[in-house]
Amino acid sequence: MTEAAMPLWEVFIRARAGLSHRHAGSVHAPDAAMALLAARDTYTRRGEGLSIWVVPSAAIAASDPADKDSLFEPTASKAYRHPTFYEVPDEVGHM
Amino acid sequence: MTSILVARDAPPLLLHTLRLADTALVLGHRLSEWTGQAPMLEEELALANVALDLIGQARSLYAYAAELEGKGRTEDDLAYLRDAPEYRNLLIAEQPNGDFARTVLRQLLVSAFMLPYWHALTASRDETLAAVAAKAEKEVAYHLRHAGEWVIRLGDGTDESRSRMEDALDELWPFTGEMFETDESDRALIAGGFAPDPAALRPEWDATVARVFAEATLPVPQAGTWMQSGGRRGVHGEHLGHMLATMQHLPRAYPGAAW
Repeated sequence: MTEAAMPLWEVFIRARAGLSHRHAGSVHAPDAAMALLAARDTYTRRGEGLSIWVVPSAAIAASDPADKDSLFEPTASKAYRHPTFYEVPDEVGHM
Repeated sequence: MTSILVARDAPPLLLHTLRLADTALVLGHRLSEWTGQAPMLEEELALANVALDLIGQARSLYAYAAELEGKGRTEDDLAYLRDAPEYRNLLIAEQPNGDFARTVLRQLLVSAFMLPYWHALTASRDETLAAVAAKAEKEVAYHLRHAGEWVIRLGDGTDESRSRMEDALDELWPFTGEMFETDESDRALIAGGFAPDPAALRPEWDATVARVFAEATLPVPQAGTWMQSGGRRGVHGEHLGHMLATMQHLPRAYPGAAW
């Protein structure tokens, strides 16, 4: 089984209405239609999902781990960006 | 442990329930034989999922058959204590898995029949069968989609995959005629509104198979091919006995074993 015939797909599952799709893992499949079936069979066996997205892994642009200091370090000192200075009413639910 | 007899001389509703249960269990067990051996992890899970759906259908049906028989037997007794001639499954269900092409083609041919069958059975006058059918219909719709997608890709794939799919078709096609057979017992249930007439489902089966084969660029075998028959009467090929020997070994060697 070659990588060209069975490329990798990233799987995103939405568990409930109102939530966003979350990365669940990846599957090998020959095309998008089969990747959806493989994702269903691999990641929704215990009632985890209401909706599935699959994306070719090759289509994902990823940040370079070597850049982590320049990308992420500067936020460490900016505590005022965290929404911890006010109360969120329970009725708001997921934000 | 002594084997039991249930199907012989069974009244129509019991026989019908057993036939459906046996086909589901035998096909489900066949698919479970792929566990640990499938060509890729994704398909290992997919085949196991289908197997579990079918074994779940069989359990509901065996439990109902045991109730209809009224001799205090359980679903396990019916599954594990009957010998091959007592089994009433369609012959196509017991055919060996062969390669992946043969397994998915077998699943397509059976699912293309079971989908309209379960749908029609939801209108049965028997409430239990109608309830089992309503659940099974949704499961089989997925089985049909999964198997169909693979038949399309293998039929219209490489020279190797196409040749394997053609071999599978030669092997399995003669077992498709049995799905549409009826005997006196069936006709009593059909007339009473308890079960659909399988012959009436033939056009839908033909259309499904023709649609998938067209996409797979596979030829639909000509009508009039000689068809195998016998499973629904308990006349099986050589393979079922071997399968049951494996499946039934543990409960027969250790009666009442639990864990």
